Amino acid sequence: MNASLKKDKMKLFAIRYGFLTLLAGLVLFFGFSAPSFATPFSAVFIFQSVAITGILALGVTATLIVDGFDLSIGSIATSSLMLSAYVMVVLDQNAFVAVAACLAMGAFIGLINGFLIVYMRVPDLLATLGMMFLLIGLQRIPTEGRSIAQGMTLPSGETATGVFSKTFLSIGRHKFDFFIENLIPFSVIIFVVIALVIWLYFEFTRYGRVMYAIGSNERAAGLAGVPVHKYKIVAYMISGVLASVGGILLAARLGRGDIASGNNLLLDSVAAALIGFAVLGAAKPNAFGTAIGALFVGILLQGMTMMNAPYYTQDFVKGAVLVVALVFTFSLSNKR
Amino acid sequence: MRHENSSIKLCAIQKKFGSNQVLRGIDLDIPAGDVTILMGANGAGKSTLVRIICGVHAADFVSMTLSGVDFTPQNPADALKAGVVTVHQNINDGVVPDLDVASNLMLDMLADPRSPALLWPSKIKKDAQKSADHLGLKLDMAAPVHSLSLADKQLVAITRAMSHEPKLLILDEPTSSLSLSETQRLFHLLDMLKNRGVAILYISHSMSDIKRMADRIGSMRDGEISGVFEGKDLDYNGAVNAMLGRKISDVKIGITDAGEAVLTLNDIQLLAESKPFCLSAHKNEIIAIVGLVGVGKSLLASILFGQAIQYAGDIFLNGKEYAPKNTRSAIRKDVFLCSKDRGINGIIPEFNIDHNISLPFLSQLSKFGFINRKMERKLTTDLIDNMEIICQSGKDNIGRLSGGNQQKVMVARWLGRDSDLLILDEPFQGVDIAARRDISDKLRETAKDRATIIFVTELDEAFEIADRILVMTDHTLVGEHKNISVDADLILAQILGTNMDNNSQPHAIIQLNKGLICDEC
Repeated sequence: MNASLKKDKMKLFAIRYGFLTLLAGLVLFFGFSAPSFATPFSAVFIFQSVAITGILALGVTATLIVDGFDLSIGSIATSSLMLSAYVMVVLDQNAFVAVAACLAMGAFIGLINGFLIVYMRVPDLLATLGMMFLLIGLQRIPTEGRSIAQGMTLPSGETATGVFSKTFLSIGRHKFDFFIENLIPFSVIIFVVIALVIWLYFEFTRYGRVMYAIGSNERAAGLAGVPVHKYKIVAYMISGVLASVGGILLAARLGRGDIASGNNLLLDSVAAALIGFAVLGAAKPNAFGTAIGALFVGILLQGMTMMNAPYYTQDFVKGAVLVVALVFTFSLSNKR
Repeated sequence: MRHENSSIKLCAIQKKFGSNQVLRGIDLDIPAGDVTILMGANGAGKSTLVRIICGVHAADFVSMTLSGVDFTPQNPADALKAGVVTVHQNINDGVVPDLDVASNLMLDMLADPRSPALLWPSKIKKDAQKSADHLGLKLDMAAPVHSLSLADKQLVAITRAMSHEPKLLILDEPTSSLSLSETQRLFHLLDMLKNRGVAILYISHSMSDIKRMADRIGSMRDGEISGVFEGKDLDYNGAVNAMLGRKISDVKIGITDAGEAVLTLNDIQLLAESKPFCLSAHKNEIIAIVGLVGVGKSLLASILFGQAIQYAGDIFLNGKEYAPKNTRSAIRKDVFLCSKDRGINGIIPEFNIDHNISLPFLSQLSKFGFINRKMERKLTTDLIDNMEIICQSGKDNIGRLSGGNQQKVMVARWLGRDSDLLILDEPFQGVDIAARRDISDKLRETAKDRATIIFVTELDEAFEIADRILVMTDHTLVGEHKNISVDADLILAQILGTNMDNNSQPHAIIQLNKGLICDEC
């Protein structure tokens, strides 16, 4: 009896703190075996590398919470990348217009996704898969399939006169001083702020609570007076807006509208959100877990790079981490 | 009776789910060549019994014999092999909609691992045609099943089942989604099977089906067989009586004086083909609307809660016209509904008790969208104490509670704020007697400033709580009774809809219709 009680306790500990323990162990391991790992610059680099996927993953979390799924986030991000470049380079507008256009586009696509799913009754995976293909095609039409760079030749034969504005590029490149000069990138601050807002929203506001209720039992939530349709659409709009923010950061970092970039965004962010299930034994989508999940993948990849592991092992490691996390969530805890 | 040897005998079947004793020792014979009807209100344990016979659940204690041989199925395949075939209520569970009729009929052969890997479509069609002819099923073998009517789908499912040469055929409310003529075809097929010596266990709520098909009736109530009726002239009243349990209970309820009218229904017609009725509910009054399953109780509840619209007639709430667009607008007007089937319509399984209770009124507990957890905690602990919900704390997961305590949480949810009209649809479904008394007491205590309407199937429950009992049949109200010295026989007759062919009663009932129910209109 005592032994089984102890076993139960250990299992409970494994479920709750297993993943955080693994994370701490990983940091220690890399810290000792790769001396340059345990420096502020390395830490910042990790944060910077996970900022974009992290932001997208928070969007995935929002749709997972209402028991939905958004496959179009990767393509929304690249569309936003292309749109911001197009607005600045071809239309010769300033950074503010570019950012506003991208955010509006993200919200609009989220609205359409939500509309298709809620009112047209298209299953979420199919609706957002369709939207993904649509956007991948759409983002290539204005430039006839070419990437957007300053001084490029337009389809009409003219040369583009616009430039990436300095303000815009600083979103992705500026670093703030923090004890050490030029330490903290702006993009990391944006990631941390967004993560904090999303966490507050889902943990402490009634809107977040209600969205969890919808994900758990949509019918019962509706019968308790929850406007289910509205909240589901809001979830897809959050996802769309966050994906467009990711695209803006990517554009600001690259400084060009590169159609080939952002291929991995969808898979990486979905993985981060799913790994988040395992953090603190939540066994459900949650903002804190998602942020930790993104960080986990970032630390693992950075540590391996520093230990000179070849780049082509990265996807395999990411996949393995995801599988382990899912085992933590679904097999160890009794839920589902 | 010729096929005595292939009957099934059930002995002392017991089953517990957690602390809830669902079956308390079922003894029932299902003779071959007879249709045995199983009647019982929701939660009486019918479906559990069926699941045990067809091998889905294992009973805690069981002794069954099939044709004199011991029968203890470990899984549905065992039961099927032994000759027990079940046709489930949800017709689409029994067929594969994208395959054609022939493949559906031959599905078990196709799924059998011993069948050859290569199959000639023409052979399948021929075999299928053979088994269809056997039962007189006239359908195009090449037609995809999704293009068939519900009845044809069901006939396909039954025909397929018959290829197992079943000894016992179980039908769970098979006519609930069939039209009248479709029902006739089903009955025709059942008559044929009966004559071939198949024992048939038929679960139904519909009196006309029961009268058409029954050779024997077993009534079930609270996990027991409360009566078995057989012989030439079946005692239908007795059977319903045994199922509903109408012994006037020992609970003393003081009839209270009704206050001013809160809700008034004027010549409400629920369906195009149903008769209009009137109803008024007053403050400090608890009304119970009783009737069998499917007579319109839930429809009326959902109309009042903004989920459906009446065919005709007006509704007034506190003297003003009331036509809620949706659930939300009903709640805004202080009309609350505690839905039936809490597992589907009420419980948020991933939430703890606190969060389940506070769900509808979060906006009152929040400032700038942020939930005031202190206020929330106060509200929920008060309600948990008040309802005497047995738990360690409000942070317990709702799934850990017993059925009665879960239902208390659902009722507590709607007592979180004062209402003008509180509707409870089958609030005692799957609730043990102690919890039922607790819930009744709390509803009575809090009833002073609102009107309360409770929809129930079991008469006992109505007797225990109501000031007034209204009877619903065929989507209209047919009787009204003050809950003092009630004529239970009359209520029963009204529930069964037999009042019209009973010579001594009709006048009284028509008067009731005009006089008492419509006191406001």
